[in-house]
Amino acid sequence: MAQVQAPKPQAPGRSPKTAPATTTPRPSAPGGAADAAGAVITGAQSLVLALEHAGVTEAFGIPGGAILPAYDPLMDSATVRHILTRHEQGAGHAAQGYAHASGRPGVCIATSGPGATNLVTPIADANMDSIPMVAITGQVGAAMIGTDAFQEADIVGITQPITKHNMLITNADDIPAAVAQAFHIATHGRPGPVLVDIAKSALQAQTTFAWPSRVDLPGFNAGAKPHSKTIHEAARLLATARRPVLYVGGGVIRAGAADGLRKLVDLSGAAVVTTLMARGALPDSHPQHLGMPGMHGTVAAVAALQKADLVVALGARFDDRVTGKLDSFAPYATVVHADIDPAEIGKNRVADVPIVGDLKDVFAELVPALAEEQRKHGQPDLAAWWSQLDDWRKTYGLGFTPTQDGLSSPQYVIQRLGAIAGPEATYVSGVGQHQMWASQFITYERPNSWINSGGLGTMGFAVPAAMGAKVAQPERTVWAIDGDGCFQMTNQELVTCAINEIPIKVAIINNSSLGMVRQWQTLFYNQRYSNTDLHTGAGTARIPDFVKLADAMGCVGLRCESDADVDATIKRAMEINDQPVVVDFTVSRDAMVWPMVAAGVSNDEIQYARGVAPQWDREE
Amino acid sequence: MPKHTLSVLVENKPGVLARVAGLFSRRAFNIHSLAVGQTEHPDISRITVVVDVDELPLEQVTKQLNKLVHVLKIVELEDSKSVQRDLLLVKVRCDARNRSDVLQIVELFRAHVVDVSTDALVIEAVGNPEKLEALLTALSAHDVREIVQSGTVAIGRGARSITERALDRVSA
Repeated sequence: MAQVQAPKPQAPGRSPKTAPATTTPRPSAPGGAADAAGAVITGAQSLVLALEHAGVTEAFGIPGGAILPAYDPLMDSATVRHILTRHEQGAGHAAQGYAHASGRPGVCIATSGPGATNLVTPIADANMDSIPMVAITGQVGAAMIGTDAFQEADIVGITQPITKHNMLITNADDIPAAVAQAFHIATHGRPGPVLVDIAKSALQAQTTFAWPSRVDLPGFNAGAKPHSKTIHEAARLLATARRPVLYVGGGVIRAGAADGLRKLVDLSGAAVVTTLMARGALPDSHPQHLGMPGMHGTVAAVAALQKADLVVALGARFDDRVTGKLDSFAPYATVVHADIDPAEIGKNRVADVPIVGDLKDVFAELVPALAEEQRKHGQPDLAAWWSQLDDWRKTYGLGFTPTQDGLSSPQYVIQRLGAIAGPEATYVSGVGQHQMWASQFITYERPNSWINSGGLGTMGFAVPAAMGAKVAQPERTVWAIDGDGCFQMTNQELVTCAINEIPIKVAIINNSSLGMVRQWQTLFYNQRYSNTDLHTGAGTARIPDFVKLADAMGCVGLRCESDADVDATIKRAMEINDQPVVVDFTVSRDAMVWPMVAAGVSNDEIQYARGVAPQWDREE
Repeated sequence: MPKHTLSVLVENKPGVLARVAGLFSRRAFNIHSLAVGQTEHPDISRITVVVDVDELPLEQVTKQLNKLVHVLKIVELEDSKSVQRDLLLVKVRCDARNRSDVLQIVELFRAHVVDVSTDALVIEAVGNPEKLEALLTALSAHDVREIVQSGTVAIGRGARSITERALDRVSA
């Protein structure tokens, strides 16, 4: 095996890679699986010891044939708590929620074949949203690989495009190094999922355990230090721009750099928008915060980007849901783009000033550099810009129209939920209308208080991810805000919650429909509602009855059918802390998410409400 | 679209070629040719990949390749500053009547005959893609039965070695 020597700096080449990763893995006391030093143990025991040494305290998973040897020593581990989920997808999303809430890597375990393939969706999701996660899968015995053996699937091949890295281990001696590498890769640089597939024969073989003193990854880049020249150029631009906008992405949250962001925001006086993945990176109550940009962003946030003369992208990736038609996105702006992943810079929008680096380092250097530039150029006069922004904010604030059918407004339910549960709670959503409303109508005041599936858009994310978030932070109230469609995809994990005393709360925003799809059918398909009716809401067969379903799964089920009962029902749910609670909020199916930029059109075409286009440049 | 030749130094690990090739296909980059082999160092393999791609996507593909954990280094080899060669084997049916014509073409292109039978020749030619194409055109008047080509392999001119620095990072 190759070993890393003392890293030598590399001369700049055509595409230089930075110094190799040689960080020593975090040492931690071994737990109870087996006594380490030199004793002959099984590969399975070695795996459990490795997980303990990697600092794992919770893992989500389901045993099965190929991974069975690992579950035997796992039973004796004093430090790793394993939570038996009801579906591997649930284990994967739980690991994501855990990681998202705490910043610690999430761990999920599954057996070979279908167990492993059931992890594919959470792995792809973690890859899109840069969530540190380690998936351990069993594989058929080494001698049987490639024979189409029972429960064999080439999970390393399958997950190659959707993992940050993955590996197949067939030799028991390689297990500790593989686990150390997996955690190192998942948590260093841009975070992401790593899969370790271990042949059953390796788990059963005899080996000795030795936790590697360093990680041997000569080709792995953990990230570069920001370049001082580009930092100063960015500072100069920020000090002299007349219409600056900080475009804040999820990278700020992943980097744990919210404090640094706050300093930059306060010093620069610039307008700030936080993307779906960055909600909470800057408190919503901050006066410079314009809200979320993009397809369902606020008019002020979208307009600010369209009219900006400087856009500073911070851990954001110019996703199509933010930019709309790329050619016409932020047409007047000079772009500064800071990201830990060099491949994000210039991927969609050419960056005039590229900054590669950890955002914590970027803020640490950019803030003093900006102060220096401001001394040179004087405080920027942003009065005209803010007068324009405030006008947009005032005229086109977030709101919603009352329903016509007498049912509750979903936006009202979510707004009240956010107000009552407050900023210290954690909110986890599925994907669709309820996700957009939860992003819009809850006030986020701290990073990691908002957890959702942004890039992949995985329906069914909420319940298992909320479970993971609650396991990571048991002291916090965790609300899953889910749709009736999403909820029916993964609600089996409420059983896991009930049995394992993980008292999450679930608000089903039940509009009896696949609501976002229905909204598009309303707007773009002549109100032909093909296959979007779920029959779960008011006046339908109510199959399933979510209250009865909750009850059957060991949860408290509540139902709320009118605005008048919303507060009391939420408060009742908040009082129950010894059991999961499911609230079926029956709401109108005709409510739509506004504002909206239709897919593929310019952000200039944003509609504030149906058929209502803001007047951008009206005179005062 | 212009052609670019990239030399990719990778750790000699199972599946690394699939990772590199998979990245090209899923990011919708068109591979013109790809050749892989060991280097002077047993732990390092070298992949030479020729892509049809504009400058900006080329930068993107290089960055994406750099993210692969087993990729150590990527260097673009420009035509004028490198030697680029393909290997071509052609089986041509010929007998006493046209053998001398075929052999004349072989001579002209400084190719070699590596197998002779009563009714066929196997010709080996090494060169840049343009030369090999010209050879094939010249042979097209005859009965060409089989063609097999390697991908391009390329090496920079002069004394500098691109593996040197990668070697600092990986040692046996």
